[in-house]
Amino acid sequence: MWGWFHKWSSPRWFYQLSGRLLPWLAVLTALTLVAGVAWGLLFVPPDYKQGNSFRIIYIHVPAAAVAMAGYMVMAVAGAISLIWRIKLADMVMKCCAPIGAALTFLALVTGAIWGKPTWGTWWVWDARITSVLVLFFLYVGVLALYEAFDNKEAAGRACAILALVGAVNIPVIYWSVEWWYSLHQPASISFTGESSIHPSMLRPLILTIIGFYSFFAVSLLLFVRNEILNRERNTRWVRELILADSKV
Amino acid sequence: MNPLSLTGLCRALLRRELTVMLRSRAELANPLFFFLMVCALFPLGLGPSPQLLATMAPGILWIVALLSVLMASDSLFRSDFEDGTLEQVLLSPVSLYLIVLIKTLGHWLLTGLPLTLLAPLLALMLQMPSSGLVVLVLSLAAGSLVLSFIGAIGAALTVGLKRGGVLLSLLVLPLFVPVLIFGSAAVQRAVQGMDSVSPLALLAAMALLSLALAPLAIAGALRVSLDQ
Repeated sequence: MWGWFHKWSSPRWFYQLSGRLLPWLAVLTALTLVAGVAWGLLFVPPDYKQGNSFRIIYIHVPAAAVAMAGYMVMAVAGAISLIWRIKLADMVMKCCAPIGAALTFLALVTGAIWGKPTWGTWWVWDARITSVLVLFFLYVGVLALYEAFDNKEAAGRACAILALVGAVNIPVIYWSVEWWYSLHQPASISFTGESSIHPSMLRPLILTIIGFYSFFAVSLLLFVRNEILNRERNTRWVRELILADSKV
Repeated sequence: MNPLSLTGLCRALLRRELTVMLRSRAELANPLFFFLMVCALFPLGLGPSPQLLATMAPGILWIVALLSVLMASDSLFRSDFEDGTLEQVLLSPVSLYLIVLIKTLGHWLLTGLPLTLLAPLLALMLQMPSSGLVVLVLSLAAGSLVLSFIGAIGAALTVGLKRGGVLLSLLVLPLFVPVLIFGSAAVQRAVQGMDSVSPLALLAAMALLSLALAPLAIAGALRVSLDQ
Protein backbone atom coordinates (compact mmCIF):
# COMPACT_ATOMS: atom_id res chain seq x y z
CA MET A 1 0.00 0.00 0.00
CA TRP A 2 2.83 2.38 0.84
CA GLY A 3 4.27 1.59 -2.54
CA TRP A 4 1.12 2.97 -4.15
CA PHE A 5 1.41 6.15 -2.08
CA HIS A 6 5.07 6.42 -2.84
CA LYS A 7 4.43 6.33 -6.57
CA TRP A 8 2.37 9.49 -6.35
CA SER A 9 5.47 11.40 -5.19
CA SER A 10 7.33 10.61 -8.40
CA PRO A 11 6.66 13.23 -11.07
CA ARG A 12 6.64 10.68 -13.85
CA TRP A 13 4.22 8.33 -12.15
CA PHE A 14 2.06 11.25 -11.08
CA TYR A 15 1.91 12.37 -14.69
CA GLN A 16 0.81 8.94 -15.87
CA LEU A 17 -1.65 8.27 -13.04
CA SER A 18 -3.20 11.69 -13.30
CA GLY A 19 -3.48 11.31 -17.05
CA ARG A 20 -5.67 8.28 -16.50
CA LEU A 21 -7.73 9.97 -13.79
CA LEU A 22 -8.26 13.23 -15.61
CA PRO A 23 -10.98 12.22 -18.13
CA TRP A 24 -13.13 10.75 -15.37
CA LEU A 25 -12.78 13.82 -13.19
CA ALA A 26 -13.52 16.10 -16.13
CA VAL A 27 -16.71 14.20 -16.92
CA LEU A 28 -17.72 14.31 -13.25
CA THR A 29 -17.08 18.05 -13.15
CA ALA A 30 -19.08 18.74 -16.28
CA LEU A 31 -22.02 16.57 -15.24
CA THR A 32 -22.32 17.83 -11.67
CA LEU A 33 -21.86 21.47 -12.56
CA VAL A 34 -24.30 21.47 -15.47
CA ALA A 35 -26.88 19.41 -13.58
CA GLY A 36 -26.49 21.40 -10.37
CA VAL A 37 -26.66 24.81 -11.99
CA ALA A 38 -29.54 23.92 -14.29
CA TRP A 39 -31.50 22.37 -11.42
CA GLY A 40 -30.76 25.34 -9.19
CA LEU A 41 -31.70 27.93 -11.78
CA LEU A 42 -34.75 26.27 -13.27
CA PHE A 43 -36.32 23.73 -10.95
CA VAL A 44 -35.90 24.99 -7.40
CA PRO A 45 -38.81 27.06 -6.06
CA PRO A 46 -38.07 30.72 -5.25
CA ASP A 47 -37.23 31.66 -1.68
CA TYR A 48 -40.08 33.22 0.30
CA LYS A 49 -37.93 36.20 1.33
CA GLN A 50 -35.29 36.58 -1.34
CA GLY A 51 -37.28 35.56 -4.38
CA ASN A 52 -35.04 34.42 -7.19
CA SER A 53 -31.87 36.26 -6.16
CA PHE A 54 -30.84 33.44 -3.80
CA ARG A 55 -29.97 31.24 -6.79
CA ILE A 56 -26.45 32.65 -6.86
CA ILE A 57 -25.90 30.41 -3.82
CA TYR A 58 -25.13 27.59 -6.25
CA ILE A 59 -21.95 29.42 -7.34
CA HIS A 60 -21.13 31.45 -4.23
CA VAL A 61 -21.14 28.74 -1.56
CA PRO A 62 -19.14 26.11 -3.50
CA ALA A 63 -16.59 28.71 -4.62
CA ALA A 64 -16.07 29.88 -1.03
CA ALA A 65 -15.90 26.33 0.34
CA VAL A 66 -13.35 25.19 -2.25
CA ALA A 67 -11.32 28.39 -1.82
CA MET A 68 -10.92 27.59 1.88
CA ALA A 69 -10.25 23.90 1.26
CA GLY A 70 -7.78 24.82 -1.47
CA TYR A 71 -5.78 26.89 0.99
CA MET A 72 -5.56 23.89 3.30
CA VAL A 73 -4.38 21.76 0.37
CA MET A 74 -1.74 24.38 -0.38
CA ALA A 75 -0.63 24.57 3.26
CA VAL A 76 -0.48 20.77 3.66
CA ALA A 77 1.42 20.38 0.38
CA GLY A 78 3.82 23.06 1.57
CA ALA A 79 4.31 21.25 4.88
CA ILE A 80 5.00 17.95 3.06
CA SER A 81 7.51 19.61 0.77
CA LEU A 82 9.29 21.23 3.75
CA ILE A 83 9.35 18.16 5.97
CA TRP A 84 10.00 15.36 3.49
CA ARG A 85 11.55 17.42 0.66
CA ILE A 86 9.19 15.97 -1.93
CA LYS A 87 9.50 17.99 -5.13
CA LEU A 88 6.01 17.12 -6.31
CA ALA A 89 4.46 18.50 -3.14
CA ASP A 90 6.26 21.75 -3.87
CA MET A 91 4.72 21.79 -7.37
CA VAL A 92 1.24 21.06 -6.00
CA MET A 93 1.56 23.90 -3.52
CA LYS A 94 2.67 26.34 -6.19
CA CYS A 95 -0.20 25.36 -8.48
CA CYS A 96 -2.89 25.69 -5.81
CA ALA A 97 -2.24 29.40 -5.40
CA PRO A 98 -3.65 30.81 -8.67
CA ILE A 99 -6.68 28.49 -8.61
CA GLY A 100 -7.44 29.34 -5.00
CA ALA A 101 -7.01 33.05 -5.61
CA ALA A 102 -9.43 32.94 -8.56
CA LEU A 103 -12.03 30.99 -6.57
CA THR A 104 -11.74 33.37 -3.62
CA PHE A 105 -12.23 36.31 -5.96
CA LEU A 106 -15.26 34.57 -7.47
CA ALA A 107 -16.70 33.98 -4.01
CA LEU A 108 -16.23 37.63 -3.06
CA VAL A 109 -17.76 38.95 -6.30
CA THR A 110 -20.75 36.59 -6.27
CA GLY A 111 -21.22 37.42 -2.60
CA ALA A 112 -21.30 41.13 -3.42
CA ILE A 113 -23.78 40.51 -6.23
CA TRP A 114 -25.96 38.53 -3.82
CA GLY A 115 -25.62 41.13 -1.10
CA LYS A 116 -26.90 44.03 -3.17
CA PRO A 117 -30.54 42.90 -3.50
CA THR A 118 -30.72 41.11 -0.14
CA TRP A 119 -28.73 43.31 2.26
CA GLY A 120 -28.95 46.50 0.22
CA THR A 121 -25.20 46.92 -0.02
CA TRP A 122 -22.39 45.57 -2.22
CA TRP A 123 -20.04 45.21 0.72
CA VAL A 124 -20.13 45.05 4.49
CA TRP A 125 -17.22 44.62 6.86
CA ASP A 126 -18.49 41.65 8.82
CA ALA A 127 -16.20 38.93 10.19
CA ARG A 128 -16.62 36.34 7.44
CA ILE A 129 -16.32 38.69 4.45
CA THR A 130 -13.29 40.41 5.98
CA SER A 131 -11.54 37.11 6.70
CA VAL A 132 -12.28 35.85 3.15
CA LEU A 133 -10.77 39.08 1.85
CA VAL A 134 -7.74 38.36 4.04
CA LEU A 135 -7.65 34.87 2.49
CA PHE A 136 -7.53 36.48 -0.95
CA PHE A 137 -4.62 38.68 0.15
CA LEU A 138 -2.83 35.62 1.54
CA TYR A 139 -3.16 33.82 -1.80
CA VAL A 140 -1.89 36.91 -3.63
CA GLY A 141 0.98 37.14 -1.15
CA VAL A 142 2.02 33.54 -1.86
CA LEU A 143 1.91 34.23 -5.62
CA ALA A 144 3.94 37.44 -5.22
CA LEU A 145 6.54 35.79 -2.98
CA TYR A 146 7.02 32.93 -5.45
CA GLU A 147 7.66 35.34 -8.30
CA ALA A 148 10.10 37.44 -6.26
CA PHE A 149 12.67 34.68 -5.83
CA ASP A 150 15.04 33.84 -8.67
CA ASN A 151 15.93 30.43 -7.25
CA LYS A 152 12.68 28.49 -7.60
CA GLU A 153 13.58 25.92 -4.98
CA ALA A 154 14.04 28.63 -2.36
CA ALA A 155 10.84 30.24 -3.65
CA GLY A 156 8.92 27.05 -2.98
CA ARG A 157 10.22 26.73 0.55
CA ALA A 158 9.54 30.39 1.37
CA CYS A 159 5.99 30.07 0.05
CA ALA A 160 5.48 26.91 2.09
CA ILE A 161 6.41 28.80 5.26
CA LEU A 162 4.12 31.69 4.33
CA ALA A 163 1.24 29.34 3.51
CA LEU A 164 1.62 27.59 6.86
CA VAL A 165 1.71 30.86 8.80
CA GLY A 166 -1.43 32.05 7.01
CA ALA A 167 -3.28 28.80 7.66
CA VAL A 168 -4.48 30.19 10.99
CA ASN A 169 -6.96 32.26 8.98
CA ILE A 170 -8.98 29.24 7.83
CA PRO A 171 -10.53 28.32 11.21
CA VAL A 172 -11.23 32.03 11.69
CA ILE A 173 -13.22 32.16 8.43
CA TYR A 174 -15.07 28.96 9.18
CA TRP A 175 -16.14 29.84 12.69
CA SER A 176 -16.40 33.61 12.26
CA VAL A 177 -20.16 33.43 11.78
CA GLU A 178 -20.48 31.62 15.12
CA TRP A 179 -18.06 33.77 17.10
CA TRP A 180 -19.27 37.17 15.95
CA TYR A 181 -22.70 38.56 15.38
CA SER A 182 -22.67 39.30 11.69
CA LEU A 183 -24.86 39.92 8.70
CA HIS A 184 -23.73 36.62 7.22
CA GLN A 185 -26.02 33.76 8.20
CA PRO A 186 -24.63 30.92 10.29
CA ALA A 187 -23.99 27.49 8.81
CA SER A 188 -27.14 25.93 7.44
CA ILE A 189 -25.77 22.62 6.27
CA SER A 190 -25.24 20.11 9.04
CA PHE A 191 -23.51 16.80 8.47
CA THR A 192 -24.96 15.24 11.60
CA GLY A 193 -28.43 16.58 12.06
CA GLU A 194 -31.15 18.50 10.33
CA SER A 195 -30.03 21.22 7.93
CA SER A 196 -31.80 24.51 8.23
CA ILE A 197 -31.89 24.90 4.47
CA HIS A 198 -34.85 23.29 2.69
CA PRO A 199 -34.04 19.94 1.02
CA SER A 200 -35.32 21.12 -2.36
CA MET A 201 -32.68 23.87 -2.29
CA LEU A 202 -30.04 21.73 -0.64
CA ARG A 203 -29.84 18.93 -3.22
CA PRO A 204 -28.59 20.98 -6.19
CA LEU A 205 -26.24 22.76 -3.79
CA ILE A 206 -24.63 19.43 -2.89
CA LEU A 207 -24.24 18.76 -6.62
CA THR A 208 -22.52 22.07 -7.31
CA ILE A 209 -20.29 21.69 -4.24
CA ILE A 210 -19.12 18.31 -5.56
CA GLY A 211 -18.78 19.92 -8.99
CA PHE A 212 -16.55 22.72 -7.70
CA TYR A 213 -14.37 20.30 -5.71
CA SER A 214 -13.83 18.14 -8.77
CA PHE A 215 -13.24 21.30 -10.83
CA PHE A 216 -10.50 22.20 -8.38
CA ALA A 217 -9.05 18.71 -8.76
CA VAL A 218 -9.15 18.90 -12.55
CA SER A 219 -7.54 22.36 -12.62
CA LEU A 220 -4.91 21.35 -10.08
CA LEU A 221 -4.01 18.22 -12.02
CA LEU A 222 -3.74 20.18 -15.26
CA PHE A 223 -1.56 22.87 -13.67
CA VAL A 224 0.66 20.31 -11.92
CA ARG A 225 1.07 18.24 -15.08
CA ASN A 226 2.18 21.37 -16.88
CA GLU A 227 4.60 22.20 -14.08
CA ILE A 228 6.02 18.68 -14.17
CA LEU A 229 6.63 18.89 -17.91
CA ASN A 230 8.28 22.27 -17.42
CA ARG A 231 10.56 21.26 -14.58
CA GLU A 232 11.42 17.80 -15.91
CA ARG A 233 11.88 18.92 -19.49
CA ASN A 234 15.47 17.65 -19.60
CA THR A 235 14.58 14.08 -18.63
CA ARG A 236 14.28 11.30 -21.15
CA TRP A 237 10.65 10.44 -20.50
CA VAL A 238 9.52 14.02 -21.10
CA ARG A 239 11.57 14.29 -24.25
CA GLU A 240 10.08 11.06 -25.56
CA LEU A 241 6.60 12.33 -24.70
CA ILE A 242 7.14 15.56 -26.58
CA LEU A 243 8.64 13.78 -29.57
CA ALA A 244 5.77 11.32 -29.64
CA ASP A 245 3.29 14.18 -29.54
CA SER A 246 5.03 16.16 -32.23
CA LYS A 247 5.06 13.20 -34.56
CA VAL A 248 1.26 13.02 -34.50
CA MET B 1 27.55 34.31 35.30
CA ASN B 2 28.50 31.34 33.20
CA PRO B 3 28.31 32.54 29.60
CA LEU B 4 27.43 29.04 28.43
CA SER B 5 24.26 28.90 30.46
CA LEU B 6 20.90 29.67 28.90
CA THR B 7 20.45 32.92 30.81
CA GLY B 8 24.00 33.95 30.02
CA LEU B 9 23.36 33.30 26.35
CA CYS B 10 20.13 35.27 26.35
CA ARG B 11 21.77 38.20 28.12
CA ALA B 12 24.65 38.22 25.64
CA LEU B 13 22.32 38.09 22.64
CA LEU B 14 20.08 40.80 24.03
CA ARG B 15 23.02 43.00 24.93
CA ARG B 16 24.43 42.61 21.43
CA GLU B 17 21.13 43.46 19.80
CA LEU B 18 20.46 46.51 21.96
CA THR B 19 24.03 47.78 21.58
CA VAL B 20 23.93 47.56 17.82
CA MET B 21 20.58 49.27 17.63
CA LEU B 22 21.51 52.00 20.10
CA ARG B 23 24.55 52.89 18.01
CA SER B 24 22.30 54.44 15.40
CA ARG B 25 20.01 56.41 17.65
CA ALA B 26 18.75 58.54 14.81
CA GLU B 27 17.44 55.45 13.08
CA LEU B 28 15.59 54.47 16.22
CA ALA B 29 13.76 57.77 16.19
CA ASN B 30 12.45 57.29 12.65
CA PRO B 31 9.44 55.08 13.49
CA LEU B 32 8.52 57.44 16.32
CA PHE B 33 8.59 60.48 14.05
CA PHE B 34 6.63 58.55 11.43
CA PHE B 35 4.01 57.77 14.09
CA LEU B 36 3.85 61.39 15.14
CA MET B 37 3.69 62.87 11.67
CA VAL B 38 1.16 60.49 10.18
CA CYS B 39 -1.11 60.91 13.22
CA ALA B 40 -0.85 64.65 12.61
CA LEU B 41 -1.94 64.15 9.01
CA PHE B 42 -5.33 62.82 10.03
CA PRO B 43 -6.75 66.00 11.58
CA LEU B 44 -5.31 67.91 8.65
CA GLY B 45 -7.03 65.62 6.17
CA LEU B 46 -10.29 64.97 7.99
CA GLY B 47 -10.85 68.39 9.46
CA PRO B 48 -10.25 69.41 13.08
CA SER B 49 -13.73 68.63 14.42
CA PRO B 50 -13.10 67.20 17.92
CA GLN B 51 -16.08 64.86 17.86
CA LEU B 52 -15.03 63.28 14.57
CA LEU B 53 -11.43 62.89 15.72
CA ALA B 54 -12.49 61.45 19.06
CA THR B 55 -14.56 58.76 17.34
CA MET B 56 -11.78 57.89 14.96
CA ALA B 57 -8.82 58.22 17.33
CA PRO B 58 -8.59 54.57 18.52
CA GLY B 59 -8.56 53.29 14.94
CA ILE B 60 -6.15 55.96 13.70
CA LEU B 61 -3.69 55.35 16.51
CA TRP B 62 -3.76 51.61 16.01
CA ILE B 63 -3.40 51.78 12.22
CA VAL B 64 -0.51 54.24 12.32
CA ALA B 65 1.24 52.26 15.07
CA LEU B 66 0.84 49.15 12.91
CA LEU B 67 2.37 50.90 9.91
CA SER B 68 5.25 52.21 12.03
CA VAL B 69 6.03 48.69 13.28
CA LEU B 70 5.85 47.45 9.68
CA MET B 71 8.34 50.10 8.59
CA ALA B 72 10.70 49.22 11.40
CA SER B 73 10.49 45.48 10.59
CA ASP B 74 12.21 45.91 7.27
CA SER B 75 15.49 46.81 8.95
CA LEU B 76 15.41 43.89 11.37
CA PHE B 77 17.70 41.56 9.44
CA ARG B 78 18.89 43.77 6.62
CA SER B 79 22.10 45.16 8.07
CA ASP B 80 23.15 41.76 9.41
CA PHE B 81 22.42 40.19 6.04
CA GLU B 82 24.41 42.77 4.14
CA ASP B 83 27.60 42.46 6.14
CA GLY B 84 27.49 38.67 6.37
CA THR B 85 26.74 38.42 10.08
CA LEU B 86 23.51 36.58 9.41
CA GLU B 87 25.33 33.73 7.68
CA GLN B 88 27.64 33.38 10.66
CA VAL B 89 24.64 33.39 12.97
CA LEU B 90 23.10 30.52 11.00
CA LEU B 91 26.34 28.55 11.37
CA SER B 92 26.46 28.95 15.13
CA PRO B 93 25.80 25.87 17.30
CA VAL B 94 23.26 27.81 19.30
CA SER B 95 19.66 27.10 18.44
CA LEU B 96 18.49 29.54 15.77
CA TYR B 97 15.07 29.63 17.44
CA LEU B 98 16.59 31.18 20.53
CA ILE B 99 18.73 33.66 18.63
CA VAL B 100 15.79 34.82 16.57
CA LEU B 101 13.52 35.06 19.61
CA ILE B 102 15.93 37.29 21.52
CA LYS B 103 16.76 39.35 18.45
CA THR B 104 13.12 40.11 17.68
CA LEU B 105 12.40 40.78 21.33
CA GLY B 106 15.30 43.22 21.52
CA HIS B 107 14.10 44.91 18.34
CA TRP B 108 10.62 45.25 19.86
CA LEU B 109 12.05 46.76 23.04
CA LEU B 110 13.56 49.57 21.00
CA THR B 111 10.84 50.06 18.37
CA GLY B 112 7.44 48.74 19.46
CA LEU B 113 7.72 49.67 23.11
CA PRO B 114 8.68 53.34 22.49
CA LEU B 115 5.72 53.59 20.11
CA THR B 116 3.47 52.26 22.85
CA LEU B 117 4.79 54.83 25.31
CA LEU B 118 4.40 57.68 22.81
CA ALA B 119 0.81 56.72 22.00
CA PRO B 120 -0.96 58.45 24.93
CA LEU B 121 0.54 61.78 23.88
CA LEU B 122 -0.74 61.33 20.35
CA ALA B 123 -4.10 60.17 21.72
CA LEU B 124 -4.48 63.52 23.46
CA MET B 125 -3.55 65.24 20.21
CA LEU B 126 -6.32 63.31 18.45
CA GLN B 127 -8.84 64.32 21.13
CA MET B 128 -9.31 60.79 22.42
CA PRO B 129 -11.10 60.73 25.81
CA SER B 130 -8.70 59.91 28.63
CA SER B 131 -10.82 56.92 29.68
CA GLY B 132 -9.17 54.99 26.88
CA LEU B 133 -5.53 55.80 27.59
CA VAL B 134 -4.67 52.89 29.89
CA VAL B 135 -6.26 50.34 27.57
CA LEU B 136 -4.51 52.01 24.65
CA VAL B 137 -1.12 51.45 26.23
CA LEU B 138 -1.95 47.87 27.27
CA SER B 139 -3.36 46.92 23.88
CA LEU B 140 -0.45 48.49 22.01
CA ALA B 141 2.10 46.83 24.30
CA ALA B 142 0.78 43.35 23.57
CA GLY B 143 -0.24 44.20 20.03
CA SER B 144 3.07 45.73 18.97
CA LEU B 145 4.81 42.59 20.27
CA VAL B 146 2.67 40.40 18.00
CA LEU B 147 3.15 42.79 15.10
CA SER B 148 6.92 42.83 15.60
CA PHE B 149 7.06 39.05 15.50
CA ILE B 150 4.81 38.75 12.45
CA GLY B 151 6.81 41.52 10.77
CA ALA B 152 9.96 39.55 11.58
CA ILE B 153 8.53 36.54 9.70
CA GLY B 154 8.00 38.74 6.66
CA ALA B 155 11.42 40.33 7.07
CA ALA B 156 13.07 36.90 7.23
CA LEU B 157 11.23 35.77 4.07
CA THR B 158 12.20 38.86 2.08
CA VAL B 159 15.67 39.72 3.43
CA GLY B 160 17.45 38.16 0.45
CA LEU B 161 15.29 39.75 -2.21
CA LYS B 162 16.12 42.87 -4.17
CA ARG B 163 12.90 44.83 -3.80
CA GLY B 164 11.84 43.09 -0.64
CA GLY B 165 10.45 46.14 1.14
CA VAL B 166 7.12 46.49 -0.62
CA LEU B 167 6.69 42.72 -0.81
CA LEU B 168 7.17 42.60 2.96
CA SER B 169 4.15 44.86 3.43
CA LEU B 170 2.05 42.79 1.03
CA LEU B 171 2.88 39.56 2.85
CA VAL B 172 2.53 40.80 6.36
CA LEU B 173 -0.53 43.08 6.26
CA PRO B 174 -3.11 40.25 5.92
CA LEU B 175 -1.59 38.63 8.99
CA PHE B 176 -1.80 41.94 10.87
CA VAL B 177 -5.57 42.20 10.37
CA PRO B 178 -6.75 40.13 13.38
CA VAL B 179 -4.39 42.01 15.71
CA LEU B 180 -5.68 45.35 14.45
CA ILE B 181 -9.30 44.28 14.85
CA PHE B 182 -8.90 43.22 18.46
CA GLY B 183 -6.57 46.06 19.43
CA SER B 184 -8.77 48.76 18.02
CA ALA B 185 -11.87 47.08 19.50
CA ALA B 186 -10.27 47.08 22.96
CA VAL B 187 -9.58 50.82 22.86
CA GLN B 188 -12.97 51.66 21.40
CA ARG B 189 -14.74 49.70 24.12
CA ALA B 190 -12.69 51.45 26.79
CA VAL B 191 -13.51 54.86 25.30
CA GLN B 192 -17.20 53.99 25.35
CA GLY B 193 -16.96 52.97 28.99
CA MET B 194 -17.46 49.25 28.32
CA ASP B 195 -15.39 46.41 29.66
CA SER B 196 -12.43 45.72 27.39
CA VAL B 197 -11.02 42.64 29.10
CA SER B 198 -11.91 40.17 26.34
CA PRO B 199 -10.08 41.82 23.42
CA LEU B 200 -7.15 42.56 25.73
CA ALA B 201 -7.06 38.92 26.82
CA LEU B 202 -7.11 37.79 23.19
CA LEU B 203 -4.27 40.19 22.40
CA ALA B 204 -2.28 38.80 25.32
CA ALA B 205 -2.96 35.28 24.03
CA MET B 206 -1.76 36.30 20.56
CA ALA B 207 1.36 37.79 22.12
CA LEU B 208 2.18 34.57 23.95
CA LEU B 209 1.45 32.47 20.87
CA SER B 210 3.65 34.62 18.68
CA LEU B 211 6.47 34.51 21.24
CA ALA B 212 6.29 30.72 21.22
CA LEU B 213 5.61 29.94 17.55
CA ALA B 214 6.79 32.83 15.39
CA PRO B 215 10.52 32.13 15.95
CA LEU B 216 9.99 28.72 14.30
CA ALA B 217 8.74 30.40 11.13
CA ILE B 218 11.37 33.15 11.35
CA ALA B 219 14.21 30.63 11.72
CA GLY B 220 12.90 28.53 8.83
CA ALA B 221 12.50 31.61 6.65
CA LEU B 222 16.03 32.80 7.43
CA ARG B 223 17.45 29.43 6.40
CA VAL B 224 15.50 29.63 3.12
CA SER B 225 16.59 33.20 2.45
CA LEU B 226 20.24 32.46 3.05
CA ASP B 227 20.24 29.22 1.12
CA GLN B 228 19.29 30.74 -2.22
